[in-house]
Amino acid sequence: MNVHAIGDTQSLARRIRIHALRMTCEGGGAHIGAIFSCADILAVLYGDTLNVDPAEPENPARDRFVLSKGHAGGGLYAVLAERGFFSVEKLLTHYQDGTDLSGHVSHKLPGIEVSTGALGHGLSIVAGMAYAGKLRGAGHRVFCLLSDGECDEGSTWEAALFAAHHGLTNLVAIVDYNRIQGIAPVSEVLELEPFVDKWTAFGWAVREVDGHDHEALRAAFEHLPFAAGKPSCLIAHTTKGKGVSFMENTVLWHYRVPRGAEFDAAFAELEGKP
Amino acid sequence: MRDTFIGVLTELAPQHPELLFLTADLGFGVLNNFVARFPRQCLNVGVAEQNMSGLAAGLALEGHSVFTYSIGNFPTLRCLEQIRNDICYHGANVKIVCIGGGMSYGPVGFSHHATEDLAIMRSLPGMEVIAPCDLWETAEATRYLLTHNGPAYLRLDKSTAPATVLPGEAFQPGRIRVVRRGSDVTLAATGGILAEALLAADALAELGTECRVLSVHTIKPLDAETLAAAARETGGIISIEEHAVDGGLGGAIAESLMEAGALPGFFARVGLRNTFSSVIGSQNYLRKVYSLDCAAILRTVTSKLGIAAGVAS
Repeated sequence: MNVHAIGDTQSLARRIRIHALRMTCEGGGAHIGAIFSCADILAVLYGDTLNVDPAEPENPARDRFVLSKGHAGGGLYAVLAERGFFSVEKLLTHYQDGTDLSGHVSHKLPGIEVSTGALGHGLSIVAGMAYAGKLRGAGHRVFCLLSDGECDEGSTWEAALFAAHHGLTNLVAIVDYNRIQGIAPVSEVLELEPFVDKWTAFGWAVREVDGHDHEALRAAFEHLPFAAGKPSCLIAHTTKGKGVSFMENTVLWHYRVPRGAEFDAAFAELEGKP
Repeated sequence: MRDTFIGVLTELAPQHPELLFLTADLGFGVLNNFVARFPRQCLNVGVAEQNMSGLAAGLALEGHSVFTYSIGNFPTLRCLEQIRNDICYHGANVKIVCIGGGMSYGPVGFSHHATEDLAIMRSLPGMEVIAPCDLWETAEATRYLLTHNGPAYLRLDKSTAPATVLPGEAFQPGRIRVVRRGSDVTLAATGGILAEALLAADALAELGTECRVLSVHTIKPLDAETLAAAARETGGIISIEEHAVDGGLGGAIAESLMEAGALPGFFARVGLRNTFSSVIGSQNYLRKVYSLDCAAILRTVTSKLGIAAGVAS
């Protein structure tokens, strides 16, 4: 919804990346690669899918979104500012003394349901929100964006069991599957494959999507739940650092801060894109 | 205490439709009546305390008043980060209930003994910490928690002290109860082990020493005023807890008195000292083994009074 007011989601994704690049550069924040990998997902969710309204950020009928991969907070701040939940100027206070914009996402800001940052927490919280919604027969949906790295956490799978057991059809987990975690590739740290089979075996209805293909993301979100009686899991195949050639698919840009020539080069690439 | 707690919840659940009771697959038999009467208000989440605590936060943020329930360290230490980040940081209306406080589950072994929980829970911002000494305090604390909005920890004990409630007495959260009057020495206890303090007070009275016995049912927020009065008005203070002395009741009392500048004539902490409760036995047996029982309190008091008398002369 509101796509016409804010421009198309491709443009929104590009603005998310540019904001995040500035924020991490000026504030000295990390995780630009993890933000870039989910920028398209955030753009489609907030530009198209989620029923949220900056004029009524606490409307009980709103869709809930929880960024369980809280280290990509810069991306969520950027998309919320673009949607008008707070000013775009506020983004540049990110990481600065006294700001509300902590590196890991903070619920001090309107539009943010919960603060996260410790991995493996989000899915339990949204399961609680979804269960509460079911109990009162509410029609809204609850979305959670997870990293692949936090699927190492046992608590993620505790929540996965619960959501399937209780048939939380109003719950959607999106995994940003960029295959690179904190300091090494997923395949070298703890293999998640067969990943789709794992979620399926846990009782979820699973779909896979190119996490940078806006049409495909939009189409997936138009058919929720993916199956009757089950929570939905969207495995989004993504590229860490997507959008800046020298950041793509590297472990380095999980923590590296873009400065100087690196910032200029990244900025030019993002600006140069349609 | 457990049955009293469940009894009060069962009685008041109809008045609190927002109440949701989560158990991590414990409470066999004791929850049947509650489950049968209020199936929509209880949920067995399985043996998954991290998920239970995160769920509780999510449910509370949607308007529910949530109780999480399990044994010993399972609802606290096992899921401490969920309690800190998801519950406390969001000020979520979640009450964490541990049955088996201290060494209640004596013969089962140390894994089921909660002996650091008070220190850890009270360090969390926004968390209230309550450990009732008897069935009346348990019932009253449960009633209070049903109406209190915010995070709290309720530590229930298998043992219970004899009733000391006065006719017409009102339970005041955060306010220490003076359950016995005296001015020679103060015995400040939390939880069912208050029974040992009362026994020690009886024995000391025989020797002509009158004890003030305090039930510190609320460890956070702590009643600094009543403690400072005890420091001023009695010879000294001894804290008694079925818990490590580090950071628990004794630690809390010491912090409070030091900050208030109300230094007692003497001070001692009865509790576990840098040890796991690895010995096997009943709760009473373990209290004796670990020097937390009436005899140990008597030894501490006579030793301290002796020292105090020596200094005075």
